[in-house]
Amino acid sequence: MANYSTSEFRSGMKVMLDGDPCNILENEFVKPGKGQAFNRVKLRNLKTGRQWERTFKSGETLEGADVMDRVMEYLYNDSEFWYFMEPDTFEQYQADAAAVGDSYLWLKENEKCDVTLYNGTPLSVAPPNFVELEIVETDPGLKGDTATGGTKPAKLTTGAVVKVPLFISTGEVIRVDTRTGEYQNRASKS
Amino acid sequence: MIRQRAELLSSLRRFFSDRDILEVETPLLCSSGITDPSIEPLLVSSGGALSQPRFLQTSPEYAMKRMLAAHGQPIFQVARAFRDGEAGSRHNPEFSLLEWYRPGFGHHELMQEVAELVQACVGPRPVEKYSYRQLFLEHLDVDPHTATSAELEALARRHLDPGNLAGERDLWLDLLMSHLLEPRLGDGTFCFVYDYPVSQAALAQVVNADGVSVGQRFELYVDGVELANGYCELTDAAEQRQRFERDNALRLERGQQERPVDEYLLAALAHGLPSCSGVALGVDRLLMLMTGTSRIQDVLAFDWTRC
Repeated sequence: MANYSTSEFRSGMKVMLDGDPCNILENEFVKPGKGQAFNRVKLRNLKTGRQWERTFKSGETLEGADVMDRVMEYLYNDSEFWYFMEPDTFEQYQADAAAVGDSYLWLKENEKCDVTLYNGTPLSVAPPNFVELEIVETDPGLKGDTATGGTKPAKLTTGAVVKVPLFISTGEVIRVDTRTGEYQNRASKS
Repeated sequence: MIRQRAELLSSLRRFFSDRDILEVETPLLCSSGITDPSIEPLLVSSGGALSQPRFLQTSPEYAMKRMLAAHGQPIFQVARAFRDGEAGSRHNPEFSLLEWYRPGFGHHELMQEVAELVQACVGPRPVEKYSYRQLFLEHLDVDPHTATSAELEALARRHLDPGNLAGERDLWLDLLMSHLLEPRLGDGTFCFVYDYPVSQAALAQVVNADGVSVGQRFELYVDGVELANGYCELTDAAEQRQRFERDNALRLERGQQERPVDEYLLAALAHGLPSCSGVALGVDRLLMLMTGTSRIQDVLAFDWTRC
């Protein structure tokens, strides 16, 4: 991979730092008129998700990280891995639990998601912002109760538990915001 | 914005003409650059008029001091200056400097005048003054003149993540100053910092203050931004030559190129520079402050990436 100097650092650039791939979020050039120049750089470690600020001497270089964001189709999971397919090439990738993290709660078969590859292996997986999933378990619906505003927990096919309105029943398909884990609305049955 | 810049320039000129300070112009292309290891000039390297490459000025300081040595009158200049590698939200490699010199002034008198000028531009604010030492003692509980490099590094590492950064005392002082202190300075005030460590005196007189040698240099900070840098000027040619040589030695140590020493300036100092103070103020940053923007690009008609 190419090396990048601090003056080339841009938000979105992926670099290697302390052995881990990192995403550059911000880069600020700091220089007293009569003093030494620094770059104050905000980074996110793509492995751990940790976000922090590191100061470099201006002109220092970092190696680029072989990190790519791809849209892939989620296929299935076995006991160990989650499998994804690149729709154009049909190439398949397996992601381990560390890469998938909590995203498994929102992975629906044949649904597109964003897979970040590091050296050709999935590093992280991001589900679409909204998914439609079926409820497999919830307390019986209170028919017609659309006004009280109460909620109850409902378990989805993926194992995720979301709060839903009282009138929703098992077997129904609901739309969920994966970023907050919140119920949005009832979806038509798939 | 172009109107605000025009108004600022004319009010600056009025400020100086009211005080009988003469406007001058000096060359942008000079045969010697600056030895300061933290400033890199740009070089113009080809053309029929050039027997050797010339440096675009990083400030009009040397030429203005030659004028002072020749005429002894207070002078000012609004000049373009160029510094290689300085680009960011507060830096453009080409920028405008307002520089002025006051024969007979000490650096505290000049600070007073700087405050008056800035007040005339951005309105009244209280003026604060801290010595460099006071600032470090109050905010970081460390004496910048006596702390060891290791102590300063440990302090920096407690507050910041400088990775594998390595260097001498001044690197850690600069890091602490620019990352931890500067952002807090001049919050609603005009904040002057004065009397710098000798290693950062640059072209300032060195005196003894409270048992330590300090450079009679000052900086002005407003809303966390460095706006001006001034000195009670060094007038001793031999001492100046030694500092140039020390700069060059430091340059070689850091793997930078040596710079030719400005013999014209040294000759002028030998001829006799009146005791004086001088200051350089960033005009673009002043305009940023007046228009409430944090990006220098907003006050430039065409920034570095668009010209």
